[in-house]
Amino acid sequence: MKSLETILNECEHLAFDLNFTRAKEWKAGDKNRILVGYLPIYVPREIIHAAKGLPVGIMGAGDRKQIIKGDAYYQSYICHLPRGIIEMALDINLNDFDGFMFPAICDCVRNLSGMFKLSKKGKFQRYFDYPQNFDPFIGGVFYEQEMEKVMDDMYAINKVKVTDDALYQAIELYNVNRNLIEEIYDIRQQYPWRLSAVETYHILRAGITIPVEEHNELLKQVVEHISKERGEPMDNIRVVVSGSFCEQPPIGLIKSIEMAGCYIVDDDFMLGSRWIQGDINRNITPLKALTDAYINQSTFSSAFYDVGNPKGKRLVNLAKKRYADGVIFSAASFCDPALLDRPQMQKECDEAQIPHINFQFHENTGQFKVIKEQAGTFSDSIKLWA
Amino acid sequence: MADPKEAIKEKSMIIQKEMLAKQFSDLSKAKELGKKVVYTFVPGNLTELILAFDMLPVYPEINALQSGMRKKSGGYIKDAEKMGYSEDVCTYVKCDIGMMLNGNIGPTGEKLPSPDLLLLSYTGCFTFLKWFENLERLYPGVPVAMLHTPYQEDGKITKEQVDYMVKQLKEEVIPKFEQVTGNIYDPERLSKMLENSVTAEEYWVKILEMAKNKPSPIDAYFAGVYYMGPINTAFRGTDECVEYYKELYKEVNERVKNGLLPVNPEGEMKEERFRLVVEGPPNWTNFREFWKIFYDMGAVIVASTYTKVGGLYDTGFRHNPAEPLESLAKYCMGCYTNLNLPQRVDLIEKYIKEYKADGFLINSIKSCNSFSAGQLMIMRQIEQRTGVPVGFIESDLVDPRYFSYANIKNRLESYFQMLEQRKIILKQEEETV
Repeated sequence: MKSLETILNECEHLAFDLNFTRAKEWKAGDKNRILVGYLPIYVPREIIHAAKGLPVGIMGAGDRKQIIKGDAYYQSYICHLPRGIIEMALDINLNDFDGFMFPAICDCVRNLSGMFKLSKKGKFQRYFDYPQNFDPFIGGVFYEQEMEKVMDDMYAINKVKVTDDALYQAIELYNVNRNLIEEIYDIRQQYPWRLSAVETYHILRAGITIPVEEHNELLKQVVEHISKERGEPMDNIRVVVSGSFCEQPPIGLIKSIEMAGCYIVDDDFMLGSRWIQGDINRNITPLKALTDAYINQSTFSSAFYDVGNPKGKRLVNLAKKRYADGVIFSAASFCDPALLDRPQMQKECDEAQIPHINFQFHENTGQFKVIKEQAGTFSDSIKLWA
Repeated sequence: MADPKEAIKEKSMIIQKEMLAKQFSDLSKAKELGKKVVYTFVPGNLTELILAFDMLPVYPEINALQSGMRKKSGGYIKDAEKMGYSEDVCTYVKCDIGMMLNGNIGPTGEKLPSPDLLLLSYTGCFTFLKWFENLERLYPGVPVAMLHTPYQEDGKITKEQVDYMVKQLKEEVIPKFEQVTGNIYDPERLSKMLENSVTAEEYWVKILEMAKNKPSPIDAYFAGVYYMGPINTAFRGTDECVEYYKELYKEVNERVKNGLLPVNPEGEMKEERFRLVVEGPPNWTNFREFWKIFYDMGAVIVASTYTKVGGLYDTGFRHNPAEPLESLAKYCMGCYTNLNLPQRVDLIEKYIKEYKADGFLINSIKSCNSFSAGQLMIMRQIEQRTGVPVGFIESDLVDPRYFSYANIKNRLESYFQMLEQRKIILKQEEETV
């Protein structure tokens, strides 16, 4: 078993390797293998795995790449994520990728799929339209058809027919993956000092750039390490961070929240890896199982229609489940979905008497002093008066 | 010349004004009339179905743009921001919420009724979904009917997508309409209305295509936003709508026969110097000032994409009374903002060529990512494919803080100089040949 420090160093490197070296090495191992890049939030990675593909999460360039061409494609009032991604596409970062999936989360990501089409980047550029109807016989059927389109896209490249057996195997692997991630979150709920939010972030983000089998092995070792005592408990408050499900906050921001006296006991940073709650059923046909999981076991986010199951209430429930003292709303600037949800979600928190603060960021924000002061004051006020 | 403060109106505009006055009067008396009120959106609107159930539609986008034109939107937006809505988000949403906070007074000064149903026709704009989630919280207990319109991802409408929408109409939308109104769905009544829609659509396309004439008898953007009103909102499917477009067609035909140029708020244009295709919605807070920059320079908009947000008919689509629900589904999926980016580029290219435009201009709207994200790439593609000079300006829908008259005027003047220069060069080349 590797030491935790070794694992963490590896994960940090993998998480921010914008050339996706490990993924490209994996592809080079067999001529039928393909790389499918996907944007936030969620895609059913199982279908890619079953088609001899590696799903690779493209979470943006963050503060790790200078944006030169990307700014010429986006007006100043559009969020930062797509300009970083188009920069990567126009540069060499995404070379060797066979196709791209753009989940239906907002108009910017939707139109980015068209920009990839016009740029002829990859062999397919698939806008993955999530149904916003959650009736299994209506939205469920539509979702299954959406998955079939992706399978056809992949088949056209490597002629690998997706079999039920391959899908069951993938479902099992990703069930294990999600369970291990949740185990880490559960341990952190009780002992948040054992693994910082930044370390957790690195581990999860690394996972979307490597084969799931390798990630599962890393996760198992992490669970074993943090099942034992590590670090020192601090007099910190416990917070849930909400609103960063697409454009990712810079590491400096997460670190600033922690240094300001907040244990982040839950968040939506790498939400796609935790999208399905619980195991996907292996006792029905695999596509039906993936569909049922999407319809019935999805977590909440601003990108999904929530009438009948409001996300504000679900956020409150999450905060209670994690024994959080407060909620930090941290949304990317110009993120319509997150920012349009915020007032109503804040209202739900008020009604549940959960204190909250909010701020906005860009993925390449470089100044955290104000955020640190704000989070510090929030932490102090809860410690003193809650 | 007429007093510039007093806008000159064509006859069709007067007819439309009367139609709108009646609409808002009916809305203000909805409860007395026993009519149920449904709030919904312009893109992918189901007007014929709503009217077939005897409901009255309200379009929050229209309320917002009217508030912008009446200089009310700035205050409404600030009120919504005080409630916690970020400066960064769609100003239509904030304007609508601010208007609601201030008593929901409509453009005619009458109070708009609260909704009995929210019809979330989620077509071509993700923010619609967020908008009605917010309204659902602000109007507790009001049911929401969700109609998810699949995006034209592959640049075509598939049978599976139509089936998905028809199933939603049958099992989600129509049952909610029945529940709210107590009426039963009457397919024959809907088909009858769709027959009217087809007639109006035929006239509408003919009117739009009149702009292929040189000089163009209409401005297909600034005046186009008035012309598109009835067919894109509460009147499609009605006899009045057919009459309006019949009259408008007659009027525009007359203008062609007489070689007349478009009418603007200050009178008739005297010279057509530049023919433009415009992409993106207009600014509403300074609509007349914005328009004036164009007509003062002799620029006529011969085709625009914005007038296709409520339905794209000039590529052949017509509602089909024989297949009413399938036809509504195809209509929704065909609206302009539901086209993928390559389709949008193809359509603009077609407009530039068929309408013999001298230039292509984008008015990029801060509030509207559905339109704006990707426009800079559209601009490059159009430049490469057609060779016409392209221009790019920025403003907002209804937030007056984002309309900078001096900046826009400067940019447009430079752009028009570029067009002028190109005309001279082209003429010289022609003479040389």
